Amino acid sequence: MTTNIQLDENGKLQHFLSIEGLNQQILIEILDTAASFTSVTDRLVKKVPILRGKTVANLFFEASTRTRSTFELAEQRLSADILSLNLDTSATAKGESLLDTIRNLEAMQIDMFVIRHKDSGSAHFFAQHVRPGVSVLNAGDGQHEHPTQAMLDMYTIRHHKQDFSKLRVAIVGDIMHSRVARSQIHALNLLNTAEVRVIAPKTLLPVETASLGVQLYDDLEQGLQDVDVVIMLRLQKERMRGALLPSEKEYFNQFGLTQERLSRAKPDAIVMHPGPANRGVEIESSVMDGSQSVILQQVGFGISVRMAIMSMIVGQSGRIAGE
Amino acid sequence: MRGIFVAIPSVESLIDKLTKALKPYFPPGLAPTDQPIIVGIETGGYWIAQAVHQALKPDTDLGRLNITFYRDDFTKIGLHPTVKPSSLPTNIDGKTIILIDDVLYSGRTIRAAMNEIFDYGRPQRIILAILIDRGEREIPIQADIVAETMRLEPDSHIKLDGPVPLQLTVKSNDH
Repeated sequence: MTTNIQLDENGKLQHFLSIEGLNQQILIEILDTAASFTSVTDRLVKKVPILRGKTVANLFFEASTRTRSTFELAEQRLSADILSLNLDTSATAKGESLLDTIRNLEAMQIDMFVIRHKDSGSAHFFAQHVRPGVSVLNAGDGQHEHPTQAMLDMYTIRHHKQDFSKLRVAIVGDIMHSRVARSQIHALNLLNTAEVRVIAPKTLLPVETASLGVQLYDDLEQGLQDVDVVIMLRLQKERMRGALLPSEKEYFNQFGLTQERLSRAKPDAIVMHPGPANRGVEIESSVMDGSQSVILQQVGFGISVRMAIMSMIVGQSGRIAGE
Repeated sequence: MRGIFVAIPSVESLIDKLTKALKPYFPPGLAPTDQPIIVGIETGGYWIAQAVHQALKPDTDLGRLNITFYRDDFTKIGLHPTVKPSSLPTNIDGKTIILIDDVLYSGRTIRAAMNEIFDYGRPQRIILAILIDRGEREIPIQADIVAETMRLEPDSHIKLDGPVPLQLTVKSNDH
Protein backbone atom coordinates (compact mmCIF):
# COMPACT_ATOMS: atom_id res chain seq x y z
CA MET A 1 0.00 0.00 0.00
CA THR A 2 3.03 2.25 -0.18
CA THR A 3 1.93 5.01 -2.43
CA ASN A 4 5.09 7.00 -2.12
CA ILE A 5 3.70 10.39 -1.29
CA GLN A 6 6.66 10.84 1.06
CA LEU A 7 8.93 11.82 -1.81
CA ASP A 8 8.55 14.51 -4.43
CA GLU A 9 9.27 14.03 -8.13
CA ASN A 10 12.98 14.61 -7.46
CA GLY A 11 13.08 11.90 -4.81
CA LYS A 12 13.33 14.39 -1.95
CA LEU A 13 11.47 14.17 1.33
CA GLN A 14 8.17 16.04 1.52
CA HIS A 15 6.40 14.02 4.24
CA PHE A 16 7.89 11.60 6.76
CA LEU A 17 5.38 8.80 7.24
CA SER A 18 7.14 5.44 7.24
CA ILE A 19 10.60 3.99 6.80
CA GLU A 20 9.10 1.56 4.32
CA GLY A 21 9.21 3.32 0.97
CA LEU A 22 12.33 5.36 1.73
CA ASN A 23 15.79 4.55 0.45
CA GLN A 24 19.25 4.19 1.95
CA GLN A 25 20.42 7.53 0.63
CA ILE A 26 17.69 9.44 2.47
CA LEU A 27 18.30 7.54 5.70
CA ILE A 28 22.01 8.35 5.57
CA GLU A 29 21.27 11.97 4.76
CA ILE A 30 19.06 12.15 7.87
CA LEU A 31 21.81 10.67 10.05
CA ASP A 32 24.48 13.02 8.63
CA THR A 33 22.27 16.07 8.98
CA ALA A 34 21.37 15.15 12.55
CA ALA A 35 25.08 15.03 13.38
CA SER A 36 25.47 18.65 12.30
CA PHE A 37 22.58 19.68 14.57
CA THR A 38 24.15 18.26 17.73
CA SER A 39 26.46 21.29 17.98
CA VAL A 40 23.48 23.68 18.19
CA THR A 41 22.82 22.59 21.76
CA ASP A 42 26.32 23.65 22.85
CA ARG A 43 25.66 27.29 22.17
CA LEU A 44 24.41 30.28 24.11
CA VAL A 45 21.34 30.52 21.86
CA LYS A 46 20.19 26.96 21.20
CA LYS A 47 18.28 27.92 18.09
CA VAL A 48 18.71 28.17 14.34
CA PRO A 49 16.29 30.10 12.13
CA ILE A 50 15.34 27.32 9.69
CA LEU A 51 11.63 27.18 10.63
CA ARG A 52 11.31 30.86 11.51
CA GLY A 53 7.88 32.11 10.54
CA LYS A 54 6.54 28.57 10.08
CA THR A 55 3.88 27.04 12.30
CA VAL A 56 4.02 23.40 13.35
CA ALA A 57 1.02 21.66 14.93
CA ASN A 58 1.62 18.64 17.13
CA LEU A 59 -1.52 16.54 17.07
CA PHE A 60 -1.44 13.82 19.68
CA PHE A 61 -4.53 11.64 19.52
CA GLU A 62 -2.68 9.27 21.85
CA ALA A 63 -0.69 10.04 24.97
CA SER A 64 3.07 10.60 24.66
CA THR A 65 5.72 12.19 26.82
CA ARG A 66 9.10 11.60 25.22
CA THR A 67 8.17 11.79 21.55
CA ARG A 68 6.01 14.84 22.05
CA SER A 69 8.45 16.78 24.18
CA THR A 70 11.43 16.04 21.92
CA PHE A 71 9.39 17.02 18.86
CA GLU A 72 8.44 20.28 20.60
CA LEU A 73 12.04 21.01 21.56
CA ALA A 74 13.24 20.21 18.04
CA GLU A 75 10.66 22.60 16.59
CA GLN A 76 11.57 25.33 19.04
CA ARG A 77 15.28 24.94 18.33
CA LEU A 78 14.44 25.42 14.65
CA SER A 79 12.57 28.64 15.61
CA ALA A 80 9.10 27.42 14.63
CA ASP A 81 5.90 28.66 16.20
CA ILE A 82 4.21 25.65 17.68
CA LEU A 83 0.76 24.50 18.62
CA SER A 84 0.38 21.31 20.61
CA LEU A 85 -3.00 19.68 20.86
CA ASN A 86 -3.98 16.78 23.02
CA LEU A 87 -6.81 15.54 20.85
CA ASP A 88 -7.96 12.51 22.76
CA THR A 89 -9.61 14.97 25.14
CA SER A 90 -10.54 17.58 22.54
CA ALA A 91 -12.83 18.06 19.54
CA THR A 92 -12.56 14.49 18.27
CA ALA A 93 -14.00 13.28 21.54
CA LYS A 94 -16.99 15.40 20.65
CA GLY A 95 -17.39 13.51 17.37
CA GLU A 96 -15.51 15.66 14.85
CA SER A 97 -14.11 13.59 11.98
CA LEU A 98 -10.39 13.48 11.22
CA LEU A 99 -11.00 15.22 7.91
CA ASP A 100 -12.83 18.09 9.60
CA THR A 101 -9.98 18.41 12.10
CA ILE A 102 -7.54 18.71 9.18
CA ARG A 103 -9.66 21.36 7.45
CA ASN A 104 -9.99 23.42 10.61
CA LEU A 105 -6.28 23.34 11.32
CA GLU A 106 -5.46 24.21 7.73
CA ALA A 107 -7.61 27.29 8.11
CA MET A 108 -5.12 28.31 10.83
CA GLN A 109 -2.28 28.32 8.24
CA ILE A 110 -0.29 25.44 9.69
CA ASP A 111 2.82 24.54 7.64
CA MET A 112 3.65 21.19 9.17
CA PHE A 113 1.75 18.57 11.13
CA VAL A 114 3.21 16.06 13.55
CA ILE A 115 0.62 13.41 14.20
CA ARG A 116 0.23 10.46 16.52
CA HIS A 117 -2.92 8.41 16.22
CA LYS A 118 -4.15 4.99 17.36
CA ASP A 119 -5.13 3.96 13.82
CA SER A 120 -2.55 2.48 11.45
CA GLY A 121 -2.32 4.54 8.27
CA SER A 122 -3.67 7.73 9.84
CA ALA A 123 -0.56 9.75 9.01
CA HIS A 124 -0.80 8.66 5.36
CA PHE A 125 -4.46 9.63 5.36
CA PHE A 126 -3.54 13.02 6.75
CA ALA A 127 -0.80 13.54 4.17
CA GLN A 128 -3.17 12.67 1.33
CA HIS A 129 -5.61 15.35 2.43
CA VAL A 130 -3.46 18.34 3.31
CA ARG A 131 -2.88 21.16 0.84
CA PRO A 132 0.22 21.03 -1.39
CA GLY A 133 3.21 22.48 0.43
CA VAL A 134 1.95 21.34 3.84
CA SER A 135 3.96 18.47 5.33
CA VAL A 136 3.04 15.63 7.67
CA LEU A 137 5.33 13.75 10.04
CA ASN A 138 4.27 10.47 11.59
CA ALA A 139 4.88 10.32 15.35
CA GLY A 140 3.40 6.84 15.60
CA ASP A 141 0.33 5.37 13.87
CA GLY A 142 -1.35 2.40 15.50
CA GLN A 143 0.70 -0.75 15.04
CA HIS A 144 2.13 0.41 11.72
CA GLU A 145 5.23 2.62 12.06
CA HIS A 146 7.06 5.09 14.30
CA PRO A 147 9.71 6.27 11.84
CA THR A 148 11.36 9.11 13.80
CA GLN A 149 11.93 6.72 16.72
CA ALA A 150 13.59 4.25 14.35
CA MET A 151 15.84 7.00 12.96
CA LEU A 152 16.99 8.12 16.39
CA ASP A 153 17.70 4.48 17.18
CA MET A 154 19.76 4.18 13.97
CA TYR A 155 21.61 7.36 14.96
CA THR A 156 22.38 5.89 18.39
CA ILE A 157 23.62 2.65 16.85
CA ARG A 158 25.81 4.46 14.33
CA HIS A 159 27.16 6.74 17.06
CA HIS A 160 28.45 3.71 18.97
CA LYS A 161 29.08 1.11 16.27
CA GLN A 162 29.59 2.98 12.96
CA ASP A 163 29.31 0.31 10.28
CA PHE A 164 25.91 -1.42 10.06
CA SER A 165 27.18 -4.06 7.65
CA LYS A 166 29.21 -5.63 10.46
CA LEU A 167 26.47 -5.66 13.09
CA ARG A 168 24.19 -8.22 14.63
CA VAL A 169 21.15 -6.49 16.11
CA ALA A 170 18.51 -8.14 18.31
CA ILE A 171 15.05 -6.67 18.86
CA VAL A 172 13.45 -8.23 21.91
CA GLY A 173 9.87 -8.29 23.12
CA ASP A 174 6.39 -7.44 22.03
CA ILE A 175 6.95 -7.40 18.27
CA MET A 176 3.30 -7.91 17.45
CA HIS A 177 2.09 -4.64 18.93
CA SER A 178 5.22 -2.64 18.15
CA ARG A 179 5.22 0.05 15.47
CA VAL A 180 8.74 0.83 16.67
CA ALA A 181 9.98 -2.67 15.78
CA ARG A 182 8.45 -2.50 12.32
CA SER A 183 10.17 0.79 11.55
CA GLN A 184 13.44 -0.41 13.04
CA ILE A 185 13.48 -3.59 10.94
CA HIS A 186 12.92 -1.60 7.73
CA ALA A 187 15.62 0.89 8.67
CA LEU A 188 18.15 -1.77 9.67
CA ASN A 189 17.53 -3.57 6.38
CA LEU A 190 17.94 -0.39 4.33
CA LEU A 191 21.22 0.32 6.10
CA ASN A 192 22.52 -3.17 5.19
CA THR A 193 22.72 -4.53 8.73
CA ALA A 194 24.51 -7.89 8.66
CA GLU A 195 21.90 -9.70 10.78
CA VAL A 196 18.64 -8.63 12.39
CA ARG A 197 17.18 -10.94 15.01
CA VAL A 198 13.75 -10.75 16.49
CA ILE A 199 13.26 -12.41 19.86
CA ALA A 200 9.76 -12.85 21.29
CA PRO A 201 7.34 -15.34 22.78
CA LYS A 202 5.55 -17.15 19.96
CA THR A 203 2.27 -15.46 20.90
CA LEU A 204 3.78 -11.98 20.38
CA LEU A 205 5.52 -12.76 17.12
CA PRO A 206 3.41 -12.07 14.04
CA VAL A 207 4.03 -14.67 11.31
CA GLU A 208 4.65 -12.06 8.59
CA THR A 209 7.78 -10.87 10.43
CA ALA A 210 9.77 -13.65 8.75
CA SER A 211 9.08 -12.10 5.36
CA LEU A 212 11.07 -9.02 6.42
CA GLY A 213 14.27 -11.04 6.23
CA VAL A 214 14.96 -11.33 9.95
CA GLN A 215 15.97 -14.32 12.07
CA LEU A 216 13.27 -15.40 14.52
CA TYR A 217 14.02 -16.65 18.03
CA ASP A 218 11.67 -17.61 20.83
CA ASP A 219 14.53 -18.18 23.27
CA LEU A 220 16.15 -15.04 24.65
CA GLU A 221 19.47 -16.59 25.63
CA GLN A 222 19.99 -18.17 22.22
CA GLY A 223 18.95 -15.01 20.45
CA LEU A 224 21.35 -12.77 22.39
CA GLN A 225 24.40 -14.86 21.55
CA ASP A 226 27.15 -12.58 20.14
CA VAL A 227 24.94 -9.62 19.25
CA ASP A 228 26.31 -6.05 19.10
CA VAL A 229 23.07 -4.24 19.86
CA VAL A 230 20.12 -5.25 22.05
CA ILE A 231 16.92 -3.27 21.54
CA MET A 232 14.31 -3.96 24.22
CA LEU A 233 10.67 -3.17 23.51
CA ARG A 234 8.03 -2.17 26.01
CA LEU A 235 5.41 -4.74 26.89
CA GLN A 236 2.33 -2.89 25.68
CA LYS A 237 -0.16 -3.81 28.33
CA GLU A 238 -2.75 -1.35 27.01
CA ARG A 239 -2.79 -3.05 23.61
CA MET A 240 -3.02 -6.61 24.86
CA ARG A 241 -6.21 -8.39 24.03
CA GLY A 242 -6.96 -11.78 25.48
CA ALA A 243 -4.51 -14.12 27.10
CA LEU A 244 -1.33 -13.66 25.11
CA LEU A 245 0.81 -13.90 28.21
CA PRO A 246 0.39 -15.76 31.49
CA SER A 247 1.66 -12.89 33.69
CA GLU A 248 4.24 -10.10 33.83
CA LYS A 249 6.29 -12.10 36.27
CA GLU A 250 6.30 -15.06 33.94
CA TYR A 251 7.29 -12.78 31.06
CA PHE A 252 10.22 -11.41 33.03
CA ASN A 253 11.32 -14.94 33.92
CA GLN A 254 11.56 -15.86 30.25
CA PHE A 255 12.13 -12.63 28.34
CA GLY A 256 13.32 -10.05 30.85
CA LEU A 257 16.81 -8.72 30.14
CA THR A 258 19.04 -9.47 33.12
CA GLN A 259 22.75 -8.83 33.54
CA GLU A 260 23.38 -12.54 33.28
CA ARG A 261 21.48 -12.91 30.02
CA LEU A 262 23.16 -9.82 28.61
CA SER A 263 26.54 -11.49 29.13
CA ARG A 264 25.67 -13.73 26.15
CA ALA A 265 25.95 -10.72 23.88
CA LYS A 266 29.31 -9.26 22.88
CA PRO A 267 31.10 -7.61 25.84
CA ASP A 268 30.78 -4.16 24.24
CA ALA A 269 27.13 -4.60 23.20
CA ILE A 270 24.84 -1.64 23.81
CA VAL A 271 21.36 -1.86 25.32
CA MET A 272 18.58 0.34 23.95
CA HIS A 273 14.93 0.91 24.81
CA PRO A 274 12.50 3.36 23.14
CA GLY A 275 10.82 4.01 26.48
CA PRO A 276 8.84 4.14 28.59
CA ALA A 277 10.38 1.04 30.14
CA ASN A 278 8.64 -1.28 32.58
CA ARG A 279 11.40 -1.96 35.10
CA GLY A 280 11.27 -5.53 36.25
CA VAL A 281 9.01 -6.61 33.36
CA GLU A 282 11.05 -6.48 30.14
CA ILE A 283 14.28 -5.15 31.64
CA GLU A 284 16.01 -5.46 35.00
CA SER A 285 16.71 -2.15 36.75
CA SER A 286 20.42 -2.82 37.04
CA VAL A 287 20.71 -3.35 33.25
CA MET A 288 18.68 -0.25 32.51
CA ASP A 289 20.98 1.87 34.68
CA GLY A 290 24.09 -0.15 33.80
CA SER A 291 27.19 0.79 31.85
CA GLN A 292 25.99 -0.81 28.60
CA SER A 293 22.72 1.10 28.58
CA VAL A 294 22.45 4.03 26.13
CA ILE A 295 18.75 4.60 26.83
CA LEU A 296 19.04 8.19 28.02
CA GLN A 297 21.38 9.07 25.16
CA GLN A 298 18.64 7.96 22.77
CA VAL A 299 16.34 10.63 24.17
CA GLY A 300 18.87 13.41 23.53
CA PHE A 301 19.65 12.19 20.02
CA GLY A 302 15.90 12.24 19.36
CA ILE A 303 15.97 16.03 19.28
CA SER A 304 18.76 16.31 16.67
CA VAL A 305 17.23 13.61 14.49
CA ARG A 306 13.82 15.29 14.51
CA MET A 307 15.45 18.64 13.72
CA ALA A 308 17.21 17.02 10.78
CA ILE A 309 14.05 15.48 9.33
CA MET A 310 12.06 18.70 9.63
CA SER A 311 14.88 20.75 8.07
CA MET A 312 15.19 18.37 5.14
CA ILE A 313 11.46 18.65 4.49
CA VAL A 314 11.49 22.45 4.63
CA GLY A 315 14.69 22.67 2.59
CA GLN A 316 13.03 20.65 -0.16
CA SER A 317 9.46 21.84 -0.12
CA GLY A 318 10.47 25.42 -0.87
CA ARG A 319 12.30 24.21 -3.95
CA ILE A 320 9.11 22.77 -5.38
CA ALA A 321 7.00 25.77 -4.58
CA GLY A 322 9.77 27.91 -6.06
CA GLU A 323 9.54 30.47 -3.31
CA MET B 1 31.00 29.97 -25.73
CA ARG B 2 31.84 33.36 -24.39
CA GLY B 3 35.26 33.39 -22.79
CA ILE B 4 36.20 35.83 -20.11
CA PHE B 5 39.85 36.41 -19.54
CA VAL B 6 40.73 37.72 -16.15
CA ALA B 7 44.16 37.66 -14.63
CA ILE B 8 43.75 35.31 -11.68
CA PRO B 9 46.27 35.95 -8.93
CA SER B 10 47.82 33.05 -7.06
CA VAL B 11 46.01 32.13 -3.87
CA GLU B 12 49.28 31.97 -1.98
CA SER B 13 50.15 35.58 -2.69
CA LEU B 14 46.67 36.68 -1.64
CA ILE B 15 46.89 34.72 1.61
CA ASP B 16 50.24 36.45 2.24
CA LYS B 17 48.58 39.81 1.76
CA LEU B 18 45.80 38.93 4.20
CA THR B 19 48.26 37.64 6.75
CA LYS B 20 50.34 40.81 6.61
CA ALA B 21 47.26 43.00 6.97
CA LEU B 22 46.05 40.96 9.96
CA LYS B 23 49.37 40.84 11.77
CA PRO B 24 48.83 44.18 13.65
CA TYR B 25 45.84 42.59 15.41
CA PHE B 26 48.26 40.22 17.13
CA PRO B 27 50.88 42.48 18.74
CA PRO B 28 53.63 40.64 20.62
CA GLY B 29 52.93 40.18 24.30
CA LEU B 30 49.14 40.22 23.95
CA ALA B 31 47.64 37.88 26.55
CA PRO B 32 46.07 34.76 24.98
CA THR B 33 42.66 35.71 26.39
CA ASP B 34 42.84 39.09 24.64
CA GLN B 35 43.84 37.71 21.25
CA PRO B 36 41.36 37.77 18.39
CA ILE B 37 39.69 34.53 17.32
CA ILE B 38 40.11 33.64 13.65
CA VAL B 39 36.92 32.16 12.18
CA GLY B 40 36.54 30.80 8.65
CA ILE B 41 33.29 30.32 6.74
CA GLU B 42 32.84 26.82 5.28
CA THR B 43 34.18 25.74 2.92
CA GLY B 44 36.50 28.14 1.05
CA GLY B 45 36.72 30.70 3.84
CA TYR B 46 37.73 27.98 6.27
CA TRP B 47 40.61 26.87 4.03
CA ILE B 48 41.87 30.45 3.86
CA ALA B 49 41.43 30.87 7.61
CA GLN B 50 43.44 27.68 8.17
CA ALA B 51 46.34 29.08 6.16
CA VAL B 52 46.20 32.46 7.91
CA HIS B 53 46.00 30.76 11.31
CA GLN B 54 49.04 28.66 10.46
CA ALA B 55 51.00 31.73 9.42
CA LEU B 56 50.09 33.92 12.38
CA LYS B 57 50.16 31.14 15.00
CA PRO B 58 47.92 32.82 17.57
CA ASP B 59 47.25 31.18 20.95
CA THR B 60 43.54 30.98 20.16
CA ASP B 61 42.16 27.99 18.24
CA LEU B 62 40.66 28.32 14.80
CA GLY B 63 36.86 28.57 14.53
CA ARG B 64 34.60 27.21 11.82
CA LEU B 65 31.22 28.54 10.68
CA ASN B 66 28.76 26.58 8.59
CA ILE B 67 26.09 29.14 7.78
CA THR B 68 23.68 26.75 6.02
CA PHE B 69 21.08 27.03 8.79
CA TYR B 70 21.16 30.83 8.56
CA ARG B 71 20.94 31.36 4.82
CA ASP B 72 18.09 33.54 3.58
CA ASP B 73 17.61 31.13 0.66
CA PHE B 74 17.54 28.01 2.86
CA THR B 75 14.13 26.83 1.63
CA LYS B 76 15.38 26.93 -1.95
CA ILE B 77 18.70 25.19 -1.61
CA GLY B 78 18.27 22.97 1.45
CA LEU B 79 21.01 21.35 3.47
CA HIS B 80 24.45 20.08 2.61
CA PRO B 81 25.04 17.46 5.26
CA THR B 82 28.59 16.88 4.03
CA VAL B 83 29.69 20.30 5.25
CA LYS B 84 31.10 20.17 8.75
CA PRO B 85 29.06 21.83 11.51
CA SER B 86 30.00 25.12 13.10
CA SER B 87 32.39 25.14 16.02
CA LEU B 88 33.76 28.17 17.81
CA PRO B 89 36.68 27.45 20.13
CA THR B 90 35.73 29.42 23.24
CA ASN B 91 33.20 31.77 24.73
CA ILE B 92 33.24 34.72 22.33
CA ASP B 93 31.69 37.29 24.68
CA GLY B 94 33.79 40.47 24.60
CA LYS B 95 36.27 38.98 22.10
CA THR B 96 37.49 40.26 18.76
CA ILE B 97 36.59 37.96 15.88
CA ILE B 98 38.41 37.96 12.58
CA LEU B 99 35.89 36.60 10.13
CA ILE B 100 37.40 35.22 6.93
CA ASP B 101 35.74 34.31 3.65
CA ASP B 102 37.04 33.63 0.16
CA VAL B 103 34.77 35.78 -2.01
CA LEU B 104 32.62 38.77 -1.06
CA TYR B 105 29.79 39.36 -3.54
CA SER B 106 26.14 40.01 -2.54
CA GLY B 107 27.01 40.24 1.18
CA ARG B 108 24.31 37.73 2.16
CA THR B 109 26.76 35.10 3.37
CA ILE B 110 28.34 37.60 5.75
CA ARG B 111 24.96 38.70 7.05
CA ALA B 112 24.11 35.04 7.77
CA ALA B 113 27.51 34.49 9.39
CA MET B 114 27.06 37.48 11.70
CA ASN B 115 23.59 36.28 12.69
CA GLU B 116 25.09 32.95 13.62
CA ILE B 117 28.00 34.50 15.54
CA PHE B 118 25.59 36.45 17.72
CA ASP B 119 23.86 33.20 18.67
CA TYR B 120 27.14 32.15 20.25
CA GLY B 121 27.55 35.34 22.28
CA ARG B 122 28.30 39.06 22.01
CA PRO B 123 31.71 39.73 20.51
CA GLN B 124 33.30 43.09 21.20
CA ARG B 125 34.19 43.50 17.54
CA ILE B 126 34.07 41.64 14.23
CA ILE B 127 36.68 42.29 11.55
CA LEU B 128 35.87 41.04 8.07
CA ALA B 129 38.81 39.84 5.97
CA ILE B 130 38.20 38.74 2.38
CA LEU B 131 40.39 37.15 -0.26
CA ILE B 132 38.52 38.55 -3.26
CA ASP B 133 35.97 41.35 -3.32
CA ARG B 134 34.07 41.22 -6.59
CA GLY B 135 31.70 44.08 -5.76
CA GLU B 136 27.98 44.08 -6.71
CA ARG B 137 26.74 44.17 -3.11
CA GLU B 138 23.01 43.62 -2.49
CA ILE B 139 23.11 44.69 1.16
CA PRO B 140 25.27 47.28 2.93
CA ILE B 141 28.15 45.10 4.13
CA GLN B 142 31.81 45.99 3.52
CA ALA B 143 35.04 44.22 4.34
CA ASP B 144 37.75 45.69 6.60
CA ILE B 145 40.55 43.90 4.78
CA VAL B 146 40.55 42.85 1.13
CA ALA B 147 43.44 41.04 -0.55
CA GLU B 148 42.24 41.66 -4.11
CA THR B 149 39.40 43.49 -5.84
CA MET B 150 38.06 42.08 -9.11
CA ARG B 151 35.33 43.14 -11.51
CA LEU B 152 33.58 40.27 -13.24
CA GLU B 153 30.65 39.92 -15.58
CA PRO B 154 27.42 39.56 -13.56
CA ASP B 155 26.77 36.03 -14.87
CA SER B 156 30.22 34.71 -14.13
CA HIS B 157 31.37 32.81 -11.05
CA ILE B 158 34.60 32.82 -9.15
CA LYS B 159 35.29 29.76 -7.10
CA LEU B 160 38.00 28.58 -4.75
CA ASP B 161 38.91 24.91 -5.15
CA GLY B 162 40.79 23.08 -2.43
CA PRO B 163 41.86 22.27 0.15
CA VAL B 164 45.06 21.11 -1.58
CA PRO B 165 46.03 22.86 -3.75
CA LEU B 166 44.06 26.06 -3.28
CA GLN B 167 43.15 27.46 -6.65
CA LEU B 168 40.84 30.15 -7.99
CA THR B 169 38.83 29.59 -11.13
CA VAL B 170 36.55 31.98 -13.00
CA LYS B 171 33.69 30.57 -15.05
CA SER B 172 31.14 32.32 -17.16
CA ASN B 173 27.63 30.94 -17.50
CA ASP B 174 26.34 30.49 -21.02
CA HIS B 175 22.76 31.44 -21.60
